[in-house]
This record gives sequence, C-alpha cells and structure tokens, in this order.
Amino acid sequence: MNSISLLAGPDRASGAEPMRDHLVRLGPMPPSGPVVVDLLERSGLRGCGGAAFPAATKWRAVAAQPDAAPVILVNGAEGEPLSGKDRLLMEIRPHLVLDGAALAAETLGAQEVVLYIGASHSVASEAMARALRERPESERRRTRMVSAPAHYVSGEESAAVHYVNDGVALPTTVPPRPFERGVAGRPTLVQNVETLAHAAMIVRFGAEWFRGLAHDGSVGTALLTISRAGAVQTVVEVPQGLALGDVVGAVCGTSSPPSAILLGGYFGAWVAAGSVPDLPIDPAMLRARGYTLGCGVLAMLPAARCGVVETSRILNYLAGQIARQCGPCVFGLRSIADALHRIAARSSGDDELHRVQRWAGQLAGRGACRHPDGAASLLHSGLAVFADEFALHQQQRRCSVGTITAEAA
Amino acid sequence: MTKTETLYVDRIRCDGHGLCAELFPEMIQLDDWGYPIIGSAPIPPSLLAHARRAVASCPVLALHVAHMRTSP
Amino acid sequence: MSDTILWYTTRGAGAVSLLLLTGIMVLGLLARMRFATDRWPRFLSAAVHRDLALMTLVFLGLHIVTAVVDPFTHLGLVAATVPFGSYYRTFWLGLGTISFELMLAIIVTSLLRPRIGARLWRGIHWLAYAAWPLAVFHGFGTGTDAFSLWLLAITVVCVTAVAVAVSWRLVGAPSGPLTADQRAAMAGAAPGPRR
Repeated sequence: MNSISLLAGPDRASGAEPMRDHLVRLGPMPPSGPVVVDLLERSGLRGCGGAAFPAATKWRAVAAQPDAAPVILVNGAEGEPLSGKDRLLMEIRPHLVLDGAALAAETLGAQEVVLYIGASHSVASEAMARALRERPESERRRTRMVSAPAHYVSGEESAAVHYVNDGVALPTTVPPRPFERGVAGRPTLVQNVETLAHAAMIVRFGAEWFRGLAHDGSVGTALLTISRAGAVQTVVEVPQGLALGDVVGAVCGTSSPPSAILLGGYFGAWVAAGSVPDLPIDPAMLRARGYTLGCGVLAMLPAARCGVVETSRILNYLAGQIARQCGPCVFGLRSIADALHRIAARSSGDDELHRVQRWAGQLAGRGACRHPDGAASLLHSGLAVFADEFALHQQQRRCSVGTITAEAA
Repeated sequence: MTKTETLYVDRIRCDGHGLCAELFPEMIQLDDWGYPIIGSAPIPPSLLAHARRAVASCPVLALHVAHMRTSP
Repeated sequence: MSDTILWYTTRGAGAVSLLLLTGIMVLGLLARMRFATDRWPRFLSAAVHRDLALMTLVFLGLHIVTAVVDPFTHLGLVAATVPFGSYYRTFWLGLGTISFELMLAIIVTSLLRPRIGARLWRGIHWLAYAAWPLAVFHGFGTGTDAFSLWLLAITVVCVTAVAVAVSWRLVGAPSGPLTADQRAAMAGAAPGPRR
C-alpha cells in the first residue's frame, strides 16, 4: 500500500508541507466554476466523514438554495477516538485541505469558510492556522477557525452547525438540514477534510485519474486508520476496492493475526477475522453487504483480548457520549452499557443477555441523530461475532481469554 | 402518484408522556422507559383519524403526520 | 321573564361554572402529573379537561347573559366585557370579567395550538392559575347570598380540591416508569434547539 494521492509527497516526518512546495509539487489550482460540480460527479467522490454521501449531490443541493450566500464548514472535528486520518491530513497537507475549501467556496459563491477542528488536535490546528497565514488575502479574510469540543457527537453535521451558531455541539432535529439552513441560517456545506482534499486533487488531475486510482468497480483512494489493541497505530492510504484481507495481511505482516476486526469505528461493525477476506474497502460496496466504512477505522482485536470486554467498553464509551436529548438513547443505551458491563465482568443477572438483545432491537432510529443507530450496529455485530463468548460469559460466568482487566470497568 | 402518510416524532421534544400509544396502539408502543416505538409503515387510511387524534393529544406537540408523495 | 328566575339562573349557572372550573383545574393538574390507573388512561385526563372547558363556556354564557339582561342590576354589555366597567359591585364583578377573558384566551390558544406552537400555548395556559382564584373571589364578592350554606359548601369543596391537586403538583413526582434520578438525567441535558 503506497501513498498514492493524498499522502504522496514528502515524508510525514517533515511535518506540514509549506505552500510553496505544495504548489510546486501539485501545480496551481485551476479556476473554479460550475463545471467543478460536474467533475466531482463524474469522479464519483463520496464524503469521507462516515455517511459516504456523493459529494457532487451535496454541492448541488447547497447551490440550489435560493438567495443567501452559502457557508463552507470544513469538518476536522474527528471525534472518533480510533480515527487519526483527518488529524494527519491537516498536520502534513494543510494546503490540500485549504485548496478544497477554497474550491468549494468559489464554486458555490460562499463568502464564509469555517475551519471546525477538534480541540484536542492541537498539532493539526497549529498547522492549519500557519497554513492559513500563507494563503491569499481573499481567503484569509473569509476564513475563521472554530475549536470543536472533544466529544464523539461534535463532528456530526447538525452538531457542528449548532456549535458554530449557538456554542452547543449537539445534533438538532432535521429537517431543515444544514444544506438548507445552517450557519447563521444560511445554506451550509459541511464537508470532511479528506473529502475536500480529494476534491482539490480531482480538480487538478481529473475525474478519470481519480477513478483510475482504484480497483475495478471502485473510485479513488481512502485513508484508513489502523488501530491495534485500542491504540492508533498508523494511517494508510489505500486504493478503494482493495480487499480487507490484503489490508490486514499487509499491516500485521508476520505478527499474530487478530481474532476480529472492527471496521468503521465505534459506529461500525465487528468482522470475524478471516470470515470475509475479500470484503472490499469501498463504502458503497460495504453498505451493499451490510457493513460500513464509516470514517475509515480498522481496529484489530488481538487474540489475547476478549471481544465481549471490548464491546462492553465501546458501548460504555458511546453511552457516555450521548447528547442526552432523547429518552430512548439516554435510558436504552445506558441500560445496555450497564448490562454489558456486568456480562463482561461475569457477574450478570439471569436473563441479562436476553434483555440486552431486546433493548438492542429498540435502539435504531429512535434518536434525533444517528448515535443510537451507530451504537446498535456495533452492538448487533458484537453479539453476532462473539456469540459464543457472550453465551459463555452469561451462562457459565467464564471468559475464554481468562483475564478481565480494568478496562471492563 | 400516491400520497402516503407516516408518523414522525421529534425525538428531542418527546418527553415520554405516552398518550400517543394509548390512542394509537396499532402503530405506537412504549418501551421500558415510556418512550414511543413508532411503526414506520404508511398509516392505513382507515386508521388516519386515530393517528390525528394521537397527534393532537401530544402535550408537547412532538408527534406529526408526515405526508409523502411517492411515484408508483 | 321573571326577575327572580333570571337572578337564580345567574347564581346557579355561576355556581356550576365554578364547579366545572374546579374540575378543569384538577384534571389539568392530573395530566401534568401524568396520573394514570388501569381504568383511567392518561389521555382521559386531558380529554375530559378539554370537554369540561367547552361545557363551561355554555354555563358561563348563561351566567353572563342572564346577568346582563337582568333589569335589577342594570349591567349591560359593557359590564360583561370591560373589567370594572359596571356600577354594580364594581370591583368583585370586574374580577369575574377578567377571569372570563383569561379563560377565553386559554381556550382560543388551545384550539389554535398546532398553529401557535407548544411554548406560546403553555405560557398562556399558566393564566389558569389566575383565572380560577379570580372566579372564586368573584363568586364570593358579588353574590347577595355569598354566605348561604350551599354556596359556602360548594366553595369549600372547590378550594379544597384545587389545594390538594396543587400540593401534589408542588411536592409530588410525576407518575410513570422513570425514577426521580432518571427524570433528573433527562432534565439536566443541555437544551436542544426547538425548530
């Protein structure tokens, strides 16, 4: 897996690529215009924040809004703990992100650009701020930086807009969606930093070039964050359509293979290792097979760790990260997390697993945002992939891995 | 083109009063904490009156009947 | 029409109105406290509350019309619509006029609730806590037989009922499956925008 597009160029250790080098290496940005949206459509570019919504469709939706000048919200919140790709992109290729933002602003006639960057991503913020100072006056005047609170939900589209407007990073009831009414009531394009970086490359090198980077049936590349045992290891760029088994093999090399893989982050799903090695890294194809690429997280569960404990830990984290605006999430998710904790600790009551399964079925679609849906998806996959382990914990109060660490708490 | 009506609840406004489930049990049940589980299927025309009564009964006006036009 | 009949109708319809208003207050508080039993579902409190309100309009209408046309009191339409606009027991009658107009505001906003939204509707609805006591004082102050046994008994029953219901509202917890801690967890959430 080589750095093909976004991560091509100077080594990561060199830090942020300065504007001069960036322009010499990639060439200047072509002038923008309405053809840009057609170009994006032909390229097949999809959003990289988790929803994988076709970028051109989103841009068109914003452009179609009458009167008010739109706003571009560059989403670099990256609230997912296991994800590091957005951070990396902002740290080493800030001008690529800013190119994408400028492209969106000029194409859609926006007079305001908001850089929404996670508060804990200090290196990335620094790099973006320094890069902004190198940009032309017209860009600097219309761009401002907003620090996103370090919560899981703050990267959600409506939460980002809500925070910029009212200082509250909580999702809102949609409709209206941000593309209709967002920052300051104006049509707002909320786009992930990776998506904008891809757009900046597409407009330079063409839709065909972008499509050609991938395997057959897919388009472009994707940034994946590889984690192992709960810690971020590295970020890689892969051609879309690459098989999951190939990625895992390349990353693990000769070390022991994982027992399971968490694909898509905390809103994704567990995949039993080796069960679907040919699963393609492509958001549309994954969705067709019932999975999600999410924000490109690939977390590997070592054989020495218990899937039940991991699932319990993740659900507990998600239950703590809710906006607390909707009853089914506040009570349902918390009850599930508490019950899972007891199951993981091998001290569950009778029927506890059965209750979890019942509640799990009542979680999806019952909140104002996708948080309970994401949690439900992860939970269902955990209950399926680790079914035997769950039964062992619940019925015999044993764990096949043996050690229960403090992480179960 | 057919018109379909479905139930939609504003999850942030909803406070689990539960009057909707009492008045429209065919498509609304309550979970363990009193919050509604809404059926997503189109509301049969024969039950539309019950749906509207449930909508009117909500103390916080969280429940709505959403109209959709679908092409055949 | 005989003057005495008019007078008794005014008094009688007034007393019935007070009883109905008390029923409305109690049911409104039951609804607020999410009261329910196996045989009394939650929607019933709200539904009967609304039906009684509409019925009260009938009796209040009778009360006001008979009072206005009564030649003994020379009230006229002004007294019925302008607070403190009558010469007869100006102050106590005025309380009744205010009370009636507050009720009208509450009823009209309730009928228009889907259009005006929950916040405005709830704000106006709070005026009920003013309308009811004003009606009680009005009854006390305007009647020549204010201290007759039957009216006294009715007033005592009404005041007691509302006092008990309000006390429950002030010190009690709403019914339902949630514990006090759980309700606090929801209440403590940062407010989302109401669009």
